[in-house]
Amino acid sequence: MQRIGVFVCWCGTNIAATVDVKAVAEALGKEPGVVFATDYQYMCSQAGQDMIRDAIQEHNLGGVVICSCSPRMHETTFRKTAEKAGLNPYMVEIANIREQCSWIHKDMPTATEKAIILGRAAIAKVHLNAPLTAGESPVTKRALVIGGGIAGIQTALDIADAGFPVDIVEKKPTIGGKMTQIDKTFPTLDCAACILTPKMVEAAQNENIRIFSYSEVDSVKGFVGNFHATIRRKARYVKEDVCTGCGLCTEKCPQKKVPNEFNLGLDNRRAIYIPFAQAVPKVATIDPNYCTMLKSGKCGVCAKVCTAGAIDYKQKDELIEEDYGAIVVATGFNPIKLDHYDEYAYSQSPDVVTSLEFERLMNAAGPTAGTLLRPSDGEHPHTLVFVQCVGSRETRDCGKPYCSKICCMYTAKHAMLCREKYPDTEVYVFYIDVRTPGKNFDEFYRRAVEEYGVHYIKGMVGKVVPENGKLKVQASDLLSNEQIHIDADMVILAAAIEPDESARSIATMLTASMDTNDFFTEAHPKLRPVESPTAGIFLSGVCQGPKDIPETVAQAGAAASKVIGLLAKDHLMCNPCVAEANELMCNGCSSCEKVCPYGAITYSDKEFPGPNRTRVLRRVASVNPAVCQGCGACTVACPSGAMDLKGFSTSQIMAEVDAICK
Amino acid sequence: MQKNQELELTATIKRISGVNPRLCMKCGKCSATCPAFDEMDYHPHQFVDLVDKGQIEKLMNSKGIWNCLSCFACLERCPRMVEPAKLIEAVRLAVIRQQGQNHLKPEQIPDFLDENLPQQAITSAFRKYAK
Repeated sequence: MQRIGVFVCWCGTNIAATVDVKAVAEALGKEPGVVFATDYQYMCSQAGQDMIRDAIQEHNLGGVVICSCSPRMHETTFRKTAEKAGLNPYMVEIANIREQCSWIHKDMPTATEKAIILGRAAIAKVHLNAPLTAGESPVTKRALVIGGGIAGIQTALDIADAGFPVDIVEKKPTIGGKMTQIDKTFPTLDCAACILTPKMVEAAQNENIRIFSYSEVDSVKGFVGNFHATIRRKARYVKEDVCTGCGLCTEKCPQKKVPNEFNLGLDNRRAIYIPFAQAVPKVATIDPNYCTMLKSGKCGVCAKVCTAGAIDYKQKDELIEEDYGAIVVATGFNPIKLDHYDEYAYSQSPDVVTSLEFERLMNAAGPTAGTLLRPSDGEHPHTLVFVQCVGSRETRDCGKPYCSKICCMYTAKHAMLCREKYPDTEVYVFYIDVRTPGKNFDEFYRRAVEEYGVHYIKGMVGKVVPENGKLKVQASDLLSNEQIHIDADMVILAAAIEPDESARSIATMLTASMDTNDFFTEAHPKLRPVESPTAGIFLSGVCQGPKDIPETVAQAGAAASKVIGLLAKDHLMCNPCVAEANELMCNGCSSCEKVCPYGAITYSDKEFPGPNRTRVLRRVASVNPAVCQGCGACTVACPSGAMDLKGFSTSQIMAEVDAICK
Repeated sequence: MQKNQELELTATIKRISGVNPRLCMKCGKCSATCPAFDEMDYHPHQFVDLVDKGQIEKLMNSKGIWNCLSCFACLERCPRMVEPAKLIEAVRLAVIRQQGQNHLKPEQIPDFLDENLPQQAITSAFRKYAK
């Protein structure tokens, strides 16, 4: 029997306010094998850890049970403490009496009773723990960045700067993301293209960075330090290394009626196109949905005019296989679709636009060359109404329950730019709350009101009705308790933002967790904000939650530093809690091999002693401990009970269940 | 009205309507969308606010509650699913109950008809007060 020490943590009042920690320590002290039991205010503090170390040495403990927060929080901390005291770190067990007890119960006697039971289960398990030693696995010194917006570019640049090779996979024909569509950036009003395009060029020219544009990640296998990805380079029907980006084909293509997604459908492009003049790579792409040559085999104009001979109508998707040590998700966002917002007449009038569309209408490189014109008749608008929180902070199904965070600031920017360029306009902004936490943000918003005379009205727009070339806006002014009516020329809707639709499938591929809004979850909301709970997966930009450009760039740098920290290591300590096959019990059925998601199990023929001193050959399973991630799927699948997980063996789990049911 | 009485009444209004006024984020979209706004002394967002504060008496004495058309635009467009129209209905019911069971009977309807009264108001009044 082990000599066990029990340490009950108060976690300040987090545990102690609901669980009688003294009673727990006293009760667990009487359990078989327990030779020492105590409680302390902060077990994870230096003083608490010293207490554990001293007790291990003084009482010659062979096992330690810590009743505290979730093992996800501090298991590593306490294992290190035990190791320093000369105990095998895997002789430490955590009873989670915070997340699974004090935080979810209100009644002290009940919570205390449950805490004792949880502690008892951990003690029962420690009795069966065996010392484990972690092996090592190598690290592939290359990173994959999924998404080539400002988040992905910045992360890639920072990783490349540290000397590691990085691949950016971007599904669009060019990198740059949403920032390429933006005109100016708040609160300094510097031109988005002027600060972004140099970074795009830098990424393209950096010898450590490879850009796979118009490509998608097909599959990812493996684990931290040893990922294996398949990247699909979609056929763009243009040889990327031959095309010079002269743009002649995009002028001569007879198919002129293709909605231009870069300008959000506000104008048309050709079937062969370069999204915009500063695209990286500056290579043409043929849209197979509209190209008459690809659809019916008749045309071929682009091939005729291309002096470089870059057009290849027979190009096929190409699959690239590559190994990576770390993966950064930077999949970004999109504005939500406004189909369900009939009250704002978005689908009824072209003069009702989203803020991103307005951004294109104000952009010098946009469809109107930067002159603000009403989409319906090309006239100069005089009265503009901005509506904030369209779909944000909304619990209806069509909306999003969260605040999209960036809309208050870009609306103030739009309103201000509008008044500056066109002083003859009247600009109204309807707001529920103006949220401007950020350096120089509130000053910026106040400037819109005080210097530029933008009318900020506390209230919401109830409906917009197109009538005789005007937009009749009916809204409330809550401060004067009036309903107001405005004849507007344009209505601009600050649509909520949502994660890109590719995020969910990528999360599944990476086994990275997401929240109910499809934002990636961080390993810890405060202390590990750029890491996914899945080892080796890092988060950058809006895929983790709404954020503006400065925040995105900061997070991108943080994600890069975490990746660099990982890639700088030659070896990673493996998890020793891996599966092991009992060869004497294995019947060679292959069930475990089929369920193993990591390909860690192989079968081989081995000689075993048979009856009458003979030798028999039997097919048995063996686990590669460097590849096994300890998920336990094989232990469930094995029909003969030959598979067991070290550190979580069947006998240990049954002992825990017995202790709970006692 | 006594404090307890008003508390009790507030609880009744919340129960009959099934509305939780605390869900309101005070955006004012209900009042922005209301076609009868100008006919009311208290406006839809104020109904929600007054119920939240437990000031039901003000509402019960208000003529505005009878001007609600029950068109449900506020309910349809509320981003937080507060359903102000249901609160107004509940207040109306509370007033009626107080007045002593003076329910609407089909034979009385012709007396109420006048050309300015929207038909929807008659239909919904009958639906609500015929029981």
